[in-house]
Amino acid sequence: MKIVTTNEITKTVKEMCIEASHFLSDDMKNALDTASNHEKSELGKQILDQLKDNLKIAGEDMIPICQDTGMAVLFIEIGQDVHIEGGWIEDAINQGVREGYTEGYLRKSVVKCPLKRENTKDNTPAVIHYSMIPGDKIHLTLAPKGFGSENMSRVFMLKPADGEEGVKEAILTAVRDAGPNACPPMVVGVGIGGTFEKCAWLAKKALTRPVDQRSAIPYIKDMENELLQKINATGIGPGGLGGYTTAFAVNIETFPTHIAGLPVAVNICCHVNRHSVREL
Amino acid sequence: MEKYIEAPILPQDIQELRAGDMVYISGTIYTARDAAHKRMQETLERGGELPLELQNNVIYYMGPSPAREGRAIGSAGPTTASRMDKYAPQLLDLGLKGMIGKGKRSQAVMDAIIRNKAVYFAAIGGAGALLSKSITQSTLIAYDDLGTEAIRKLTVKNFPVIVVIDSLGNNLYETAIEEFQQMKF
Repeated sequence: MKIVTTNEITKTVKEMCIEASHFLSDDMKNALDTASNHEKSELGKQILDQLKDNLKIAGEDMIPICQDTGMAVLFIEIGQDVHIEGGWIEDAINQGVREGYTEGYLRKSVVKCPLKRENTKDNTPAVIHYSMIPGDKIHLTLAPKGFGSENMSRVFMLKPADGEEGVKEAILTAVRDAGPNACPPMVVGVGIGGTFEKCAWLAKKALTRPVDQRSAIPYIKDMENELLQKINATGIGPGGLGGYTTAFAVNIETFPTHIAGLPVAVNICCHVNRHSVREL
Repeated sequence: MEKYIEAPILPQDIQELRAGDMVYISGTIYTARDAAHKRMQETLERGGELPLELQNNVIYYMGPSPAREGRAIGSAGPTTASRMDKYAPQLLDLGLKGMIGKGKRSQAVMDAIIRNKAVYFAAIGGAGALLSKSITQSTLIAYDDLGTEAIRKLTVKNFPVIVVIDSLGNNLYETAIEEFQQMKF
């Protein structure tokens, strides 16, 4: 059995909050470079180049890439042979978010009650998704989620008869409705199957997969490619101001579902598709 | 076309702006987003005075990240404008001339823009670090308890925006997309 202390968890989460808000992963940077080289719209290319400048400035001057440094979403996979010492893990994670958002000059965007709307002033609590894995490691993926794109996300409870075509139509509908609001070029996370909440979880998880990595399932990979092509044919383009770069990738995850259902969730992320990954 | 204008904006400057123009704004603008708009509306309902002068002014829908020492502001990009659609027509009728945000507007806002010969600009969403470089000064002027949602007076120099809806009601989000649309929904 391996021992991990809550202090280590706090320190790691804090570092991840600051890192994710200032630096994008290489796959996202490469996607932006490629898009800028291929975009045919003059204004679209200009916007993509400004987004490249923005990333450079963010890293060099330590200014968050986007002022909406998001609600902290943490996927934490805990090996079943790990013992956590030093207190309650959830307190440790939230302490990491508190320290990261305060010491890292990140925006505090969380309100305590969704109806009364009083800011918690330290961006806590985080949205935490726990899961168990074999072994003695803890995997952490922190994905701070901005709400410009979160607000444009959807869940569709389709019928089995709607089939593959229905799923594609649902995804395209979500993207078309999002348009300029979701800060395109976007990354489209899709969850198909499971239950109402499982497909939403899958869609969120899908956003943490690198944009240059396609599904391992051949027919899902084909669907990802086909949808990306269709989304980029909408004309929405960078900033929603026209062009061929509306999305960088469509990442689809699937799960078995009920004989009566075909749930589909579409979680849209803007071009600031942040995630920081660590292992303890 | 590239244009350089001063804020507050003169009515004659607005009439020359057309959807698609790249505009660089210098001067004074104000920030306000969801919570500040709600409070301004409540103030107007009570017959009270707003904490900012609306006449010929520009509101930037933005809530910045905190400034590091020695800097005017933190990351400072636009937020989604449609959440302010409920409040914008009233402010436009009271003299507001420009809004900076991102994303679509409602028909009611479009009508109020035409009625008041105003303008809606988009700044590049998600480019908050870059945009912060065009803000030279930031002063909190009202609702400081709202944190990032407080109203701030900003001094800007060549702040880059694009005209999305001009005073005649031309809408760049609709026209620009048509040019590149290869597939109809």
